[in-house]
Amino acid sequence: MSSSKTVNVGIVIVSHSLKIAEGAADMVRQMVGDAVPLAWTGGDVDGGLGTNVAGILEAIDAAWSPSGVAILVDLGGAETNSEMAVEMLPEDRRGRVVVCNAPVVEGAVIAATEASGGSSLSAVKRSAEELYA
Amino acid sequence: MHDANVSRSADSFVPLTASAVLVNPVGLHARPSVKLTQLAKSFAAKIEIALDADGPWTDAKSPVKVMRVKAPQGATLHFRVTGADGETALATLLALVHDGFGET
Repeated sequence: MSSSKTVNVGIVIVSHSLKIAEGAADMVRQMVGDAVPLAWTGGDVDGGLGTNVAGILEAIDAAWSPSGVAILVDLGGAETNSEMAVEMLPEDRRGRVVVCNAPVVEGAVIAATEASGGSSLSAVKRSAEELYA
Repeated sequence: MHDANVSRSADSFVPLTASAVLVNPVGLHARPSVKLTQLAKSFAAKIEIALDADGPWTDAKSPVKVMRVKAPQGATLHFRVTGADGETALATLLALVHDGFGET
């Protein structure tokens, strides 16, 4: 392993549907490759449609990078639960996790593309948010 | 007197331009856009693309902007590259297009 390897920003996908989250992650892996830490979560604690804070926290942990983590969400609860998860992170990590205002599938691919080039967390977020610009 | 327009900066480079025809069936759609952006980002040079030699020019390092170019198969993709590693960047980018972005 090379010590000069860039530490890329991680990507977390949060959808109400586990299938959507998993499918979006598949697209990221196939289109962008393995250079970016990636995790996804979807569904409520009973396995139904929804999101849950514990699952989001696990995903952030799985995709953790010292450069930070960008979260892509779908609808309302995914965003509020993601924000809640960020609030619950240890203080030293909290400032390095952002929720992007971008469509979940396209945003995940764009954010991962940006991250794969070694871009900063703010650049990754800005790039994903260009989709709504 | 010196001409104020003459740049004396050591890091100023003359832009290099070249073009290549998109041979892969889907043209510059999602997957090729990602590859192009990733490759462009691996160079320090400023890299722009356009469907016309006169522009408008698009930042090749922006995945969103590259995808919005929506160039179909058969379209000519123009490159404008400015920077110290510009020659290598241009050659590598042209090779990617000629290779159909690795798609069959």
